[in-house]
Amino acid sequence: MKKPLIIIKDVRKEFIVEKKPNVVALNGVNLEIEKNEFVCVVGPSGCGKTTLLNIIAGLETFDSGSVTMHGEDIIGPGPERGVIFQQYALFPWMTVRKNIEYGLKFITKADGSRYTKEEKRALAEHYIKMVNLTGFEDSYPKALSGGMKQRVAIARGYALNSEVLLMDEPFGALDAQTRAQLQEDLLRTWESEKKTIFFITHDVDEAVLLSSRVVIMSARPGQIKEIVPVDLPYPRTQATKMESEFIKIKNYIWDTVYKMYLEIPK
Amino acid sequence: MKDFSDGSARMRYTLMTVSIIGGFFFWYLITLIPTINTFLASPKQVLRALISESKAGGRYWKDISISLQRVLIGFGLAFVASIPVAFLMGWYPKVRNLIEPWIQFMRTIPPIALIPLVILAMGLGEPPKYTIIFIATFLVMVVTIYQGVKEVDKTLIKAAYTFGAKDRDLFIDIIIPASFPFILVGARLGMAAALTTLIAAELTGTIFGLGARIQGAQQFMDTAIVLLGIITIGVIGFILDKILLFIEKNLTKWK
Repeated sequence: MKKPLIIIKDVRKEFIVEKKPNVVALNGVNLEIEKNEFVCVVGPSGCGKTTLLNIIAGLETFDSGSVTMHGEDIIGPGPERGVIFQQYALFPWMTVRKNIEYGLKFITKADGSRYTKEEKRALAEHYIKMVNLTGFEDSYPKALSGGMKQRVAIARGYALNSEVLLMDEPFGALDAQTRAQLQEDLLRTWESEKKTIFFITHDVDEAVLLSSRVVIMSARPGQIKEIVPVDLPYPRTQATKMESEFIKIKNYIWDTVYKMYLEIPK
Repeated sequence: MKDFSDGSARMRYTLMTVSIIGGFFFWYLITLIPTINTFLASPKQVLRALISESKAGGRYWKDISISLQRVLIGFGLAFVASIPVAFLMGWYPKVRNLIEPWIQFMRTIPPIALIPLVILAMGLGEPPKYTIIFIATFLVMVVTIYQGVKEVDKTLIKAAYTFGAKDRDLFIDIIIPASFPFILVGARLGMAAALTTLIAAELTGTIFGLGARIQGAQQFMDTAIVLLGIITIGVIGFILDKILLFIEKNLTKWK
């Protein structure tokens, strides 16, 4: 049997809070992510979803357990694991093109050489086209809408050819229409160039629409409560939301999440 | 509804012109009163002073060039010194903790208070003037630039790390450009501080310079020269600020 790409085993993470007992952000988290799988994570705030993402990204350490990719321990951030942040994280002093090209300077190609200027430009061009931003190559981020900024961030993630894209509520700050559009765009992009995507969201609809598995996490301590498979065929569009199977899964997840929400002492 | 915009450019310029002409007219009117005219020269007297001072043999241009030289040298040295110090403070918490108390303490001391010590240490030449301006300017700039370095968006730093950037790349590619607007703001504040300190610096026994000229004219109750000096310092400050503003606009188009 093929081994999963990423294996998270019994991960525990505590945060030290001054003059208070430590907060257990994650406890006994086990998760296996297959290559080219689209996994969504939902759960109430404080369930440690972002902490888990940061751990996979190598941006945060953990106290015990293990996190491996290709069987090797993740010890720090690296270009094979791209991160797409809710706040876009575009460099405001770089144009769209430069933002996409920047990360390429750290990448060594398979033959050991570095990208030339022309190659960088061609790659940027390709992904700008893929996210429908042709014409905005030389714009600065300040001139773009939130949706466009997030497209640049996605283009950047793709251009770096990361094996895994870790997305932390990437559409959380966008209005409903833009969000719907970007969901479809992301699905289309993912189907044309397959990648492993680990996607955090608050939005159960979004989770079911995008992913092949929805990971439900519970808070205090952050744990994986349940993993729900979404057996809806791709390609999916906004119309998929009308299908009875979609609604069934969505209601089931929503129920589980809402019950947890009610149980949280407020 | 209250309009919070700046209004049209035309209206702004009209009002600015009205304000300037009105101000001069008010100045002219009050100097018609003899008691006021004894301590405040009229616009006409100041204009006459300007003409006679700027003629060959007058010292106006020499005063300006000497003062400008002091401001620019003091400011320039402080600018060059403040950037690395501010970056070290922003980047290394240990350096910050070592330096910050001193900077916060020194900031509250008016540079004029240091003059006696600086004269004792350096005598009466040019170096004490540079030193006083340097101290005043350096403190303002270090604090401003350091704030900028400290407040660089942490998400940008994280993003760069995920690309595989090392600390050195991060510093050159991210921290410096991200703090650039703060460097320019620091330069503008520093320039203003340099000019306000100039007069204090020129109290330390000098014959030439706008501050010294104002001091000297006071002895002779020559208020036209005093006012001329004051207005000149104001105009120089205005021009230098506009130059820095122009540089800022052109270098941070992305903002």
